[in-house]
Amino acid sequence: MKLIIAIIQPHRLEDVKKELYKIDVNLITVMPVLGHGQQKGVTEFYRGIRETGNLLRKVQVEIAVNDNFVDPTIKAIIKGAKTGSIGDGKIFVTDLARCIRIRTEEEGPKAIG
Amino acid sequence: MDMINSGDTAWVLMSSALVMLMTPGLAFFYGGMVRRKNVLSVLMQCFIVLCVLSLQWVLWGYSLAFAPGSPFIGGLQWLGLNGVGLEPYADYSATIPHQAFMIFQMMFAVITPALILGAFAERMKFSSFLVFIVLWATFVYDPVCHWVWAVGGWLRNMGALDFAGGTVVHINAGIAALATAMIIGRRRGYEDKPVSLHNLPFTVLGAALLWFGWFGFNAGSALGAGALATNAFVVTHVAAAAAGLSWAFVEWKMSGKPTMFGTVTGAVAGLVAITPASGYVNVMGAIAIGLLVSVFCFFAVGVIKPKFGYDDSLDAFGVHCIGGIWGALATGLFATKTVNAAGGDGWFFGNPKQFMTQLITVVITIAYSFVVTFALYKLVDVFMGVRVNDTEEAIGLDLTQHHEAAYTVLE
Repeated sequence: MKLIIAIIQPHRLEDVKKELYKIDVNLITVMPVLGHGQQKGVTEFYRGIRETGNLLRKVQVEIAVNDNFVDPTIKAIIKGAKTGSIGDGKIFVTDLARCIRIRTEEEGPKAIG
Repeated sequence: MDMINSGDTAWVLMSSALVMLMTPGLAFFYGGMVRRKNVLSVLMQCFIVLCVLSLQWVLWGYSLAFAPGSPFIGGLQWLGLNGVGLEPYADYSATIPHQAFMIFQMMFAVITPALILGAFAERMKFSSFLVFIVLWATFVYDPVCHWVWAVGGWLRNMGALDFAGGTVVHINAGIAALATAMIIGRRRGYEDKPVSLHNLPFTVLGAALLWFGWFGFNAGSALGAGALATNAFVVTHVAAAAAGLSWAFVEWKMSGKPTMFGTVTGAVAGLVAITPASGYVNVMGAIAIGLLVSVFCFFAVGVIKPKFGYDDSLDAFGVHCIGGIWGALATGLFATKTVNAAGGDGWFFGNPKQFMTQLITVVITIAYSFVVTFALYKLVDVFMGVRVNDTEEAIGLDLTQHHEAAYTVLE
């Protein structure tokens, strides 16, 4: 079992969701986050004052999957999120030690999907 | 020499301030209905309309709309308010300064184009919006206003009754909304799922401000502080109340639960519908107008819109045009000279001809406004491009058009 964490552009979220549904990944958690990478943030203007280096709005998507779903999920995220510009985001994959479904108390791979 | 009446003047100036507040009120009404990434763009569009069209009105709009001229358009003698002074101008209002009449009318000229933006919210380029709105005010609002309200205007001479702007304001803006929604196309992702409202309490606040301001809109249109203004005030309130209640009940029956959004939409539809009738109908007429308008508008936004698939994003057509048409026709049904001797009798008071006059006025306004709006849109599109590109639309107009964000994520 793996936990896939993707940090993407907010405006690509709908496309990413669409791609994930196509490969039957329906269980996702989404949260708004702030951060920046190489591009050092967004520029906004307030009463003529230029403010650079503000943290950028991003969306973090977390998906727990069984091993055979890892590569298709990564491909789907890339397909939905990639624009080719700086700021498209990152995908992190980590091992997932345990997974428990609260309602049934099932544990392990069958509790994920 | 006409005498200035202090009571009348006070009421018209106060009413002008009330109607002014409706444009920011509309901004919140609409602003709550869009996604959070576009709320500033809607507030900004409303607010800039208040700025730019106020200037348009004093520079040339008022002259085109109200100066003596042909039956189709006003003359140019009042450009820059030349000759529009502090003495009464008896043809329009014998008891208040001419400039009081002018500033009252200005607020109508401001809010009418602002109503349209509900149709193309969340996807129009700001620069193109500015140009389009000035053209629309000049080539659609000003002429139609002249036809219906100016001395010598051809629809006025035909006997059309429009007390406070059912035709000039609501049908006019509402049909322009349909035209622009059809040409600009649906919002990105509209097919997949309904776009969620980001702040319904804003919408309720906006509706409350609209209701409050509408007392100036309708009762102020009496242009005096007396019996007629009182009638307009009372029927305006009653119609809004009836329509809000009616929408809640229609929704309860049709979709299981009455909603806050539906109730305020109904109240606004009621205010729209009573607008042309407010100086001519009594309270029972107002209740009928209010109860029925919600049924028609509910049908327009809940059945017709999904069926045809146009994305009139904030229902400017479904509420203002449909509500306005019903109001204009209802005026031809429920008007009675017992309310206003200078008005007319409607069908239910023995004068079917009035209904026909109202119908003709509605059809003419719809035809003219639709065609000219279409042409102006195309013109702006050719020179500037009207719609933002796909990425800008996805990121949102607040950041891409104004370099601002409405809300922070942290702090």
